Amino acid sequence: MSANEWPLWEVFIRSKQGLNHKHVGSLRAPDAEMALQNARDVYTRRSEGISIWVVQSSLISASDPTEADALFEPADTKIYRHPTFYDLPDGIEHM
Amino acid sequence: MEILTPEKLAEHFQAKIDADIKIEPNDWMPDNYRKTLIRQISQHAHSEIVGMLPEGNWITRAPSLRRKAVLLAKVQDEAGHGLYLYSATETLGISREETIDDLHEGRVKYSSIFNYPTLTWADMGAVGWLVDGAAIMNQVALCRTSYGPYARAMVKICKEESFHQRQGYEIMTILMNGTELQKAMAQDALNRFWWPALMMFGPSDAESKHTEQSMRWRIKRYTNDELRQSFVDATVPQAELIGLSIPDPKLKWNEERGHYDFGDIDWDEFWQVVGGNGPCNKERIEARVKAKEEGAWVRDAAMAFAEKRKLRQNQ
Ligand SMILES: [Fe+2]
Ligand SMILES: [Fe+2]
Repeated sequence: MSANEWPLWEVFIRSKQGLNHKHVGSLRAPDAEMALQNARDVYTRRSEGISIWVVQSSLISASDPTEADALFEPADTKIYRHPTFYDLPDGIEHM
Repeated sequence: MEILTPEKLAEHFQAKIDADIKIEPNDWMPDNYRKTLIRQISQHAHSEIVGMLPEGNWITRAPSLRRKAVLLAKVQDEAGHGLYLYSATETLGISREETIDDLHEGRVKYSSIFNYPTLTWADMGAVGWLVDGAAIMNQVALCRTSYGPYARAMVKICKEESFHQRQGYEIMTILMNGTELQKAMAQDALNRFWWPALMMFGPSDAESKHTEQSMRWRIKRYTNDELRQSFVDATVPQAELIGLSIPDPKLKWNEERGHYDFGDIDWDEFWQVVGGNGPCNKERIEARVKAKEEGAWVRDAAMAFAEKRKLRQNQ
C-alpha cells in the first residue's frame, strides 16, 4: 500500500428504526467523515438505510477460522441450553 | 491440534465447496483458487468501470431530462458495482492500487464489449438491453459462486441491475414506435451490438481454458455456452415483440432442443478485440489512465485535509 492510498473502511447500515446495523460492504476514504459521505453515496442509493456506521477495517479484530471448531463446537454439545431439551407434561401448550 | 498437510487442506477445501459452503477471506484456499478469483473479480470490476465510458459519452446529449437522469443514475450504479468488486478483490490480499495498475499496464482485461463505440442515441438502448442483459445473465448465475464476498457483491449488483436492462429496452421500444429514421437507428444499433453481446459470454466451452477448474471450484456455475444460449432464448422474443430483427440468417427455433439455434460467432473478431485491436481499446485505457493521473491531486488533497483535521482535533 502506497503512503497516499486511502484507508479501508467497513460500512454498516441500519435499514430501519428498530433493527441492528448490518455489514453491507467496504470502501476507501481519507477519514471517517468522508467515509460516511461516500457510504451514503454508494450504499444508500435506494432507501437502504436510515443510519450508517463506518469503522476503519484495520481496527477490527477477528477470530481465527482455523480455531472455529474449538471455539464454537462446545456450544453444540450443550443442548440443555435450548428449550426443546425439556419435557413438559401434557396439557401445557405454551411455555 | 492436528497439523494439516497441504493435501488434507485441499481435500477439506473441496469438501466444503462440494457441500456448497461458502469460502470466506481468511479461510485456507488453494493458491490457484485465489489467483483465479483475483483475475476474474478484478476483470469484472474493471468492466464495470470501463463500461461507464461508452454510456458516459451520451449523458450530456441525452434527448430529454428524464433520459439524462436515468442514464446518469445507471452510470453511477456502475461505479458502485466497480467499488463492490474492487473491495471483494482486496479481500484476497491484493491492493486496490495494484489491481488498477494491472489494468492500466495491460496485464488484466475487461469485457471486450466496451471496446465498441457508441455512435448514436439508439446505442444507449442497445447497450442497456443487450449488454446489461448479458451481464445480468452472467451475474445472476454468479450470485451462487463459492467465494462469499464475490457472491454477496453479485447479489447487491443484481438488485441494482434490474432497471438497467429495462431502461435500455424502453429506449428501443420508443424508437421502434417512432419515425422510419428512428426505427432504422434502433435496428442499426442492434445490428452492431448483437454479435459483440454474444461474445460477452467468452469463448466456447471447447476453447475455454479456465472453465473446467472454475466449475469444479464452483466459481462458475454455468458454462459460457449455457449462458449464451439462455441469453439468446430470452432476447429473441423481446426483439420480435417490438419489430426488430436479429442480424443472424441462421437463427431459428429448434423445437427438439427447446432452444434457438444460431449462427457461428466470428471468433477472430473476438480475439482481435481481446488482444487490444478493437475499435476503442486504446481510447478506453487512455481515459482510465488520464482519470487516475489527473485525479491524483484530489486524492492527495483529501488525504492532507484529513490529516490536518486530525491534528487539529488532537490539539
Ligand atoms: Fe453493473
Ligand atoms: Fe448495469
